[in-house]
Amino acid sequence: MNSNNKDIDILIQLMAKLPGLGPRSARRAVLHLIKKRDILLSPLADSLFTVAQTARECVTCGNIGTMDQCDVCADPRRAIGQICVVEDVSDLWAMERAAVFKGRYHVLGGVLSALDGVGPEELRIPNLVSRVGDENITEVILALNATVDGQTTAHYIADQLEDMGVSVTSLAQGVPIGGELDYLDDGTITAALNARKAV
Amino acid sequence: MAHLAVRQLTLSHFRSHKRAVIETDGRPIAIYGPNGAGKTNILEAISMLSPGRGLRRAKTAELARVPETVGWKVSAILESLGHTHELETSFTGDGSRTVLIDGKAAPQIALGRLARVVWLVPVMDRLWVEGADGRRRFLDRLAMSFEPSHGEQTLVYERSMRERNRMLKDGITDPSWYGAVESQMADAGAMIAQNRLQTIARISAAQAIATTSFPAASLTLVNADNSEIIETADQLRDAFADGRRRDMQAGRTLVGPHRDDLNAIYATKDVPAAQCSTGEQKALLVSLILSNARALAQDFGAAPIILLDEVGAHLDADRRAALYDEICALGAQAWMTGTGAELFDSLGNRAKYLMVDDGATSAIHPIP
Repeated sequence: MNSNNKDIDILIQLMAKLPGLGPRSARRAVLHLIKKRDILLSPLADSLFTVAQTARECVTCGNIGTMDQCDVCADPRRAIGQICVVEDVSDLWAMERAAVFKGRYHVLGGVLSALDGVGPEELRIPNLVSRVGDENITEVILALNATVDGQTTAHYIADQLEDMGVSVTSLAQGVPIGGELDYLDDGTITAALNARKAV
Repeated sequence: MAHLAVRQLTLSHFRSHKRAVIETDGRPIAIYGPNGAGKTNILEAISMLSPGRGLRRAKTAELARVPETVGWKVSAILESLGHTHELETSFTGDGSRTVLIDGKAAPQIALGRLARVVWLVPVMDRLWVEGADGRRRFLDRLAMSFEPSHGEQTLVYERSMRERNRMLKDGITDPSWYGAVESQMADAGAMIAQNRLQTIARISAAQAIATTSFPAASLTLVNADNSEIIETADQLRDAFADGRRRDMQAGRTLVGPHRDDLNAIYATKDVPAAQCSTGEQKALLVSLILSNARALAQDFGAAPIILLDEVGAHLDADRRAALYDEICALGAQAWMTGTGAELFDSLGNRAKYLMVDDGATSAIHPIP
């Protein structure tokens, strides 16, 4: 490492730790930023500094925002009695991009996994149970991944909410839009067939 | 002519083979050459065209040719029930192996729907006398040839059971958490048990009507404590819940399909397989493979691709001849290895022959 380039090398190493970037793409990105110092690098540095100071978890749902309560939780129009439970903030943002769900969210921060040392207390499941009681919730929609751990977590949450008089539903599983039946696995085809609906 | 067959096989940096292309014509393939030449590696490459870790159960990285270790690739043109598919599976050095079917990324499990592959390897010669693990794997491979989703159910069950075992070891007592994990285990476990029982029923039925030189086996699925096999998800859920205290003391799950075992009796002698001679044990295994092929030909429309490594070991000349006759009659594409060409004498021109050199590159020579 050239000591003259130490700061730049540190920046490249940090960039290479970002999802989707490796050492080569990090070098390209840093070079691009340096070439666009005024219109990209400096504003980016300012923005990173600001977000580092202000970003925080929403105290209610676990979403990431810059206030104690995120925009969704602060919006009274979203209080329609539905909570959509997601594993991670990225799932919440994906749901928001679709702009279909009008209720509120609850971010678990992971899924149950004894192998990874993640139990109910490590997730935000107790907070979810409290919210269901406090916010007049009528339906909890489980939007968890169709993995073994995701489904175990769904079972667990359904069990915790069983006596609370709330409807617990989960996202449908089946043929993705643009998907070809020929390439779907048997389990997906079975799920799709079981969840068929009138045309 | 085989209805399910590899028409072209290409190996790249796979085990001892730097690059090899093998064309086939639908006949069985007899591969011979000295020890260490790379014959079994060809069979292993074909086994990688099905889900799982292949016939040696090797780690993905171990399949790469040394000293290059640049990863490996196996590709094939597969003919399956009148359709031609391009299969490719490869490993580039990190992550898990990837699968392409007709140029599109696909999960490993999708291979099982196209390429039904079963095998016999020398290490299985002791299948009947060693632990139940090997017999379960053997039965599961046969079950997967009938029902490709069996592999997926097995993965779900094993993953959930590892979770439960960790909870037991960590002394977790939350009944809701156990209930959630056990529910997953029970749903997958019931499917596994049913698939295994159906596989045994299909193979037994195929044995009953077959004209064969190989001995029939009376097959049963038993479990570790000789109690009844649990077949339904509800029963399994109850069994897991009832056994929590006992399992916590043991630190592992003591009931479920992971404890089941395949029991075989040499039918005409009424002797357990484990007490038969080495040759008889091998003949029983061959008999099951052939019965599986017959049943699959009836159900699926094609016999599976059969991989027989060192097929001549423990079989006398008459039994070998009978085996070749039955494979040809079934129309199955069998890939067989042996150290010398004389082991395949009775096949005559009913097979394609390949000679593999004992060298650094495992050169393959088609024999006219």
